[in-house]
Amino acid sequence: MSNAATIATSPEKPAVESIKVKVDGHEIAVPRTMPDPITGKPVPTTMIQACEIARRDVPHYCYHPKLPVVGNCRMCLVEFGTPAMGPDRKPLLNADGSPKISKSPRPAIACATPVSPGMEIYTSTPGVKQMREGVLESLLINHPLDCPICDQAGECKLQEYSVDYGQSAGRFVEAKVHKPKAVDLGPRIMLDAERCILCTRCIRFTRDIAGDDALGIVNRGSFNTIATFPGMPFDNNYTLNTVDICPVGALTSKDFRFQMRVWFLKETKSVCSSCATGCNVVVGSREEKIYRLEPRQNDAVNATWMCDSGRLNYKWVGRQDRLKQVQIRNRPGTWTAAVHEIAASLKKAAQGSVAIVASARQTNEELWLLSKLKSRLGALSDSVPRQGEADRLLVSADGNPNSNGARLTRICYTEMGSHIGQIAQGIQSGRIKALLVFGEDVTLHGIGPDLLAKLDLLVVSDILPNATTALAHFLLPGCAHFEKRGSFTNGKGRVQKFMKAVEPPGEARAEWEFLHEIIEQLGGSNGFSSIEGLFNQMAADIEAFHGLKWADLGDSGKTVPI
Amino acid sequence: MAQEYKLILKHADAPGYGRDLDSYLHHGGYQTLGKALHMPARDLPDGKKMTAQEQIREEVKISGLRGRGGAGFSCGLKWSFVDRKSGKPIYLICNADESEPGTFKDRQIMYKDPHQLIEGMAIACFANDVHLAYIYIRGEMVDGARILNEALREARARNFIGRNILGSGYDLEIHVHRGAGAYICGEETGLIESLEGKRPYPRIKPPYFPAVLGLWMCPTIVNNVETLCNVKHIVAMGGNEFARLGTPNNTGTRIVSLSGHVRKPGYYEIEVGKATMRELIFDPQFGGGLRDGRTLKAVIPGGSSAKVFKAGEKFKLKKKDAEGRETLVETDMLDLPYDFDSLAAAGSMSGSSAIIVMDDSTDIVEALANISEFYAHESCGQCTPCREGSLWMSKTLHRLTHGEGRAGDADYLLKIADNIPGGRTICAFGEACSWPVQSFVAKFKDEFVAKGKTDEERRAGQGNELAKAPAEAAAHH
Repeated sequence: MSNAATIATSPEKPAVESIKVKVDGHEIAVPRTMPDPITGKPVPTTMIQACEIARRDVPHYCYHPKLPVVGNCRMCLVEFGTPAMGPDRKPLLNADGSPKISKSPRPAIACATPVSPGMEIYTSTPGVKQMREGVLESLLINHPLDCPICDQAGECKLQEYSVDYGQSAGRFVEAKVHKPKAVDLGPRIMLDAERCILCTRCIRFTRDIAGDDALGIVNRGSFNTIATFPGMPFDNNYTLNTVDICPVGALTSKDFRFQMRVWFLKETKSVCSSCATGCNVVVGSREEKIYRLEPRQNDAVNATWMCDSGRLNYKWVGRQDRLKQVQIRNRPGTWTAAVHEIAASLKKAAQGSVAIVASARQTNEELWLLSKLKSRLGALSDSVPRQGEADRLLVSADGNPNSNGARLTRICYTEMGSHIGQIAQGIQSGRIKALLVFGEDVTLHGIGPDLLAKLDLLVVSDILPNATTALAHFLLPGCAHFEKRGSFTNGKGRVQKFMKAVEPPGEARAEWEFLHEIIEQLGGSNGFSSIEGLFNQMAADIEAFHGLKWADLGDSGKTVPI
Repeated sequence: MAQEYKLILKHADAPGYGRDLDSYLHHGGYQTLGKALHMPARDLPDGKKMTAQEQIREEVKISGLRGRGGAGFSCGLKWSFVDRKSGKPIYLICNADESEPGTFKDRQIMYKDPHQLIEGMAIACFANDVHLAYIYIRGEMVDGARILNEALREARARNFIGRNILGSGYDLEIHVHRGAGAYICGEETGLIESLEGKRPYPRIKPPYFPAVLGLWMCPTIVNNVETLCNVKHIVAMGGNEFARLGTPNNTGTRIVSLSGHVRKPGYYEIEVGKATMRELIFDPQFGGGLRDGRTLKAVIPGGSSAKVFKAGEKFKLKKKDAEGRETLVETDMLDLPYDFDSLAAAGSMSGSSAIIVMDDSTDIVEALANISEFYAHESCGQCTPCREGSLWMSKTLHRLTHGEGRAGDADYLLKIADNIPGGRTICAFGEACSWPVQSFVAKFKDEFVAKGKTDEERRAGQGNELAKAPAEAAAHH
C-alpha cells in the first residue's frame, strides 16, 4: 500500500540517448529509457514500446502502459535477434556489410524485454502467429463463450484477437472449469470469474495506483480466481477503473451492466465536472440518454483514470424534475419574452443596483459573459465555493470544476464566496434591487427567501428546482455541461473544452446562448454567437488566456498561468 | 566398476552418528568454517590482495560445482552475477523446498546431518558478504524444520552463527522459513515471492534476476541444500581437489534418489558421471536390478519433469577418442554416464538426480496421467499456456485412463503440450509439465493410440452414438 504512487501529471522528457532497433525490418530510433509508469524513473525501453513507436501492433492482455509489467498473459511473445559478436567482442558482419544478427532460440515477451542497440524484433513471423494462436486457444478453452449476454462484447480483447488468431472450431473436448459467476465484489463491481483471463490488471491497478491492496488471487492453476478478502468488499473510490482496464467481460459495472450494447453508444469527448481536477471523459449515450462515463487518457490531468463518484455523477441529467420550461412570474413564458423583459429591466437599472451570483460550475465562456454584464451594470458578483476533501490521487478539495474560470473572469475574488455577504447586505439595505442567480441555490448560502422577496427582479437560471428557483421572477432552464459545449479551467489552470453529448430536455438552453442574447439586447450586436467565437474573444480579452484559440485546445486542453 | 563415494553423506548413515552438534564436532564439524573465517588474504603478483571471500569464491569457481537443485547451473558463475556494488544487503537463501517427485536427497542431509548444511551455508554467506540467510524448507517437512531450528539453536549457542562468529568479526543470522506446500516455491523467484509473503508467482527475468533484484529487491543467492554442503567440502579440500571428483565439467558427487521398480530403492551418493544408468539400476550395491521376471520398460532420469527414456533407446553421443578427436558413439540409454551433460545430450536431464524406474508391469498411460495430474495441480496459474495447458493435458489423460479415450488423443496431447514450453512461460514449469507428455507420448505412442482405440471400439460395440468423440458429443447436450 505504501508504495502506491500518485499519478505523474507531467510526463518527464529529459534528453535521452536514442538507440536504433528494427521492427519487422523497419529501422526506428527509440529512446534508451522511458519513464516507469509508477515511479516516473527512467527504465529501459521495452520491445512493446518500440513496437508502438514503430506502429506495429503487438497483441496483449496483461500489459497496460500505466501499470507495472507482470508478463503473465504471454500474448505479446515475439521473436527477436541481436547483433552477433565475434570472439573479439566486435560485431560480425554479413557479406554486404550489414550486421550479422543472431536470432534468439527462445521468444521473449515484448512487454518486459528491454531493447538493445541493433536489436531486431519480429512481430509477424509464422512462429509468433503460432504462439499467439496457442495463447488465445488456452484463454478460450475454459471461457464460457457467452458473448451474446456479455457486456464487454464489442469492446472485448478476446473477441478482437479471435478475429486475428482464433480458430473457427475448438478442439477442446474436455469439461470446462467452472468458477463463480455474478460475484458481488463490492457496491459497484460484479465479477464473472469464468470470463476472467487472470491478467491481474485489476489487482495491479487497485494495489499500485489506487493504493488499496483489496484484490488478489485465490486457488491455484486453472482454478485461480480473482477475489477480495473475506468480508471485505471491494469499495474504494476508484473501483470502476478496473472495469475499464479489464480486457474481457469479467469485471462489469453494476451501473452499466445489461443496460446497453456498447456498439449502440455514441461517444462524446467531455470533461468531468465533479471537482476541480477535470478528468477527461468519454460520454457514452444513446438517443439523448447518458449510459456511462469512462475516463479518457490525458497524461497532464488524469492519466487513464477517474474516480467512481465523478463517473457516476451523471444521473441527475436525466431526472424527471429537470427544469424544462421558461417561467415568467410563475407562468409559462417564452425565451423571446423572457430575454426581452430581462434586458429591458437591466437597461433601466441604476448602476450598482444589480448583483450576480454565478456558479463555478459554469463554463469559462458563460462566466465571461456574466462578467461583461457585471461591468456594464456596475454589479457586485460572486460565486459559491464547494469545499470537499481531497484524496491522494485525483479528487480535488475544490468541488467546483471551474473555480479558476470564475477567478480569471473576475466573477469572484480570490477567496470565492467572500462577497456573498455584501450582496445579502445590499439586498437588505435596499441598495440592490435586482439579482441574477446562475446554477446555485442562494438560500443555502446566506441569501434567504426573506431577502429574495425584497427584490424587484430575481432572474434564476438552473437545471433542477430548488428554493431559489421557486422564488424566481424569471426562471430560465439551463443545461448540464453534457448538453452543451464550452470550457472549464481546472485547478491547475488547464483550459479544457468539452463537447455536447446529449440534447437538453424541453426548452432548456445553453446559458451562453441566452446570456449572449441578453447582452446583445442591452448593447447591440457582439458577434458571440458561436462557442468558438465566444471563446476566442474571451481569450483575447482576458490576459491569462494568452490569446488562446478554441482550436488550440485540442482534445487535452492547454495550461494557462493562474 | 562404479561404487558409492560418500562425501556429503560420509557420516549421516554411520552407525551411532547423531544429528546433534557434539556428534558433528566430533567428526571435525565447523573446522572448515573456522578455516574460512580466518583465511589470510593472499598476495597477488600485481601487488593486490585477494580477500578470504574472494579466495573462497575463486575456489568454488575452480571446483566446477554445478547446482544440485535441477538446472545444473555453475555455482561459481551464479555467485559472480551478484551485484556487490548496489549498497543493498545481499541475501542467501537455501532452497530446501525439495518437491520434485522422485527426489529425496536434501531430506537426508537435513534430517541426518543438519549442521553440515549450516556450516556450508555459513561459509557461502561469508564468501558473499551475506549477513542474513534463510532456509526455505518445504512445508510438509515438519520434522525437518524442527531439526534445523534445533541445530541452528545449537550452532548459535556455540557461536557458529550469530554475532562475531568465532571471533572473526563476521555476523550471520539464519532463519528457517516453512513453505505452505507448493511445488512452485522451489522455483527460485517463486520462492523469493513466497518468502516475501506473497503468492509464489515466479518473476519475469529480465528484470528480476535474483542476483540483482532478489529478495526485497536486493541481490540474492539461491542455492540448493546439497550445493551448499558441497561448498563446505570445496573449502575443506580445495577447488582443484574437488574437481578431481567426478568427470570433467561434471565435478564432485551427487546424491541420486532411486525409486520405482528396483529391488533396492534408496539414495546413493556417487561421483558425478562415474556410474552409468545401468549400474545405478542393476548393480547390487545400488538398485540391485528389477523384480524377478520383469523387464525394463522406461526410466525417468532426473525427477518427474525430465523427459523419459524408453528401454533400448539409443543415442549418438560425442566422445573424444585417445587422440582427442570427437566421434559419435551409439550409446544405449542404460550406458549413459549419470551426469549433467550426457543426459542433456540424450535429450533429457539429470535434473534433481532422481531416477524413476518403470518395468513392464507399468501402464505407461496411467503413469503419465499420474505425473500430469501432479503438474496440473501444481501450476501456479500465472502464465496462460501452462495454467490452461497443464490442466487440459491432465483432463485428457484422465479421460484416456477412464475408458473415454479416442485414438486421436495421442496427437491431441502432443499438440497441447507443444504450445507450452520453449520460453512461452515465465519459469521452467512450462517445460516441467509438457516434457513428460511430449516424451511419453512420442516414445510410447502405440500404447496411447491402442488405449484410445480400445475405448472407441468398446463404445461402438455398446451401440453408443457418441462412440467417436464422447466429450465432444456430450458438449452439445
